[in-house]
Amino acid sequence: MTDHRLELFRQMLRVRRFEERCVELYSGGSIRGFLHLYIGEEAVATGVISQLRPTDAIVATYRDHGHALVRGLSMRSIMAEMFGKADGCSRGRGGSMHLFDSATRFYGGNAIVAGGLPVAAGLALADRMSGREQVTVCFFGEGAVAEGEFHETMNLASLWKLPVLFCCENNLYAMGTALDRSEADTDLAVKATGYAMAAWSVDGMDVEATEVAARRAIDMVRSGGGPVFLELKTYRFRAHSMYDPDRYRDPAEIERWKERDPITMLEVRLRDDGLLDDSALEQLDADIGAEIDDAVSFAESAAPAPLDELSRWVYSDSSTVTTATTTGGAG
Amino acid sequence: MTTYREALRAGLREALADDDRVFLVGEDVGRYGGSFAVSMGLLEEFGPERIRDAPLSESAFVGAGIGAALGGMLPIVEIMTVNFSLLALDQILNNAATLLHMSGGQFNVPLVIRMTTGAGRQLAAQHSHSLEGWYAHIPGLRVVTPATLADARGMLRTALADPDPVLIFEHGGLFGLEGELPDVPEVVDLDHAAVRRSGKDLTIITYGACLHTSLAAADRLGADGISAEVIDLRTLRPLDTDTFVASAVRTGRALVVEQAWRTGGIGAEVAAQISELGFWHLDAPVGRVAGLEVPIPYAKHLEAASIPQVDDVVAAATGLVR
Repeated sequence: MTDHRLELFRQMLRVRRFEERCVELYSGGSIRGFLHLYIGEEAVATGVISQLRPTDAIVATYRDHGHALVRGLSMRSIMAEMFGKADGCSRGRGGSMHLFDSATRFYGGNAIVAGGLPVAAGLALADRMSGREQVTVCFFGEGAVAEGEFHETMNLASLWKLPVLFCCENNLYAMGTALDRSEADTDLAVKATGYAMAAWSVDGMDVEATEVAARRAIDMVRSGGGPVFLELKTYRFRAHSMYDPDRYRDPAEIERWKERDPITMLEVRLRDDGLLDDSALEQLDADIGAEIDDAVSFAESAAPAPLDELSRWVYSDSSTVTTATTTGGAG
Repeated sequence: MTTYREALRAGLREALADDDRVFLVGEDVGRYGGSFAVSMGLLEEFGPERIRDAPLSESAFVGAGIGAALGGMLPIVEIMTVNFSLLALDQILNNAATLLHMSGGQFNVPLVIRMTTGAGRQLAAQHSHSLEGWYAHIPGLRVVTPATLADARGMLRTALADPDPVLIFEHGGLFGLEGELPDVPEVVDLDHAAVRRSGKDLTIITYGACLHTSLAAADRLGADGISAEVIDLRTLRPLDTDTFVASAVRTGRALVVEQAWRTGGIGAEVAAQISELGFWHLDAPVGRVAGLEVPIPYAKHLEAASIPQVDDVVAAATGLVR
């Protein structure tokens, strides 16, 4: 238990430090395209994914670095992807928004808001029809709630009693549009309840509260009770993406939320419980820094995605046909 | 004698009996028996898990088909008409066609989507369009158009064996088409166009319901002493360019016939390929008979005037040859 709480802390810190380095690399031009940071929201992915089995599946959004790292994609493969390299987890085809990994059943960063929800329902349908006790977790932002695909999928998943956990990361802003400027009713759990599924809100800044909620929800889903909806109340400390000048938020609001930084909150508890001190923290940070350094030098020295393979994987070739089509389990 | 509709049903039944991973999902595929009665009786035979009625949520059930395919199943998703498929376009384009490449080859999507296409039944502008050419624009998809009973039955089997998404466009005007089917299903390939009638004076290139319009036109042309070769494209993506270019080069004249709108369609692509690859062998510019550029109207005479008729094909072919 002690180790587990420290591990939650380490994972959150790892995601935070990784993304801080990504900002530097973006400014230096090594990473291009869109870069959506998860800074401030680390407790959500960490708390939920810690409760999954290796055979469970994840569908994430374009803000997917945290989910990928916590799920166990190697930092090297993620960094190489953002550098557009052949050793990237999506072979340089996806970039920051589209991290994929068949080995951990990580079905991607989907960059169409709500576009991953139907796919998650389908993964769950396959599990149910095959009699596998697997759960599919689908992460999406509160902006997705305004999309038709959200409502279609909520209904379908509930109607068919599919083993899927819907994790709505409510960071209050769909890009620049505040929730109360886009939803007539801002109570998101109520919307899910309207589709006859269990739904409740969770403090998504508190990784331990998130974990408790996720454990309960996943147990319900795995035992065949149909889908569950969690609203994880959270906040991004940074702008929507590196392109965003962030003119729509009151700086005082951002500062208020930073007082509930998920990493600091757990750090205080761990210190209070005598599980963490300055030197342990320093060591942790140094280890994470070394992992990041290693990932960056790996990405820098990796070969670019080869031009002569540009048209590969538009259709399957013999090496791809075996992936998910026959087992559907973890590769 | 059997019908195109029964041939489709035979293909479905064979696929479902053959592999437990296969299931059919869509609006009214089960209890109702299929909006065009294609899946009649399959619910009783295979049960509600595998003949799965879906709510009117095209995006959700197409996306669920994609997810189920990723999860190891072989889903057949039925969309009532091509116009309704636009409600699922996000899933078809952004996920089904894209995931394999975007994941660096990790996640292929062995999904089959069937939908009704085409005009001719006075169903007006939201049930009658021919958008298969649109879909054929998209890398990552395979687009097939069965025009014969053998293809109606056999294309499904071949599509299910394909590791990537296949869209099958069944023309609504063909469901009642009668013909013979062998007792044992034939293996149908999706890689080649078919020469449905041999000829030497010109090549008519077409697909779907227009195959039958073109064959009727070829009969009349034959009576006038013009020998028309008729090629059924069968697969719009990837196009079997070799077959129709070779034919056009041999006859020296080519006419493309399609119900879809002329501008930017598959017929334009076929004409471009012939021009690029066969230009020096042509005796006339490539001709086109296509749908009029209007939303398909309801009134019988207006609808008929909007899509290629036998007379139109005969006139265009005659103009090319004489």
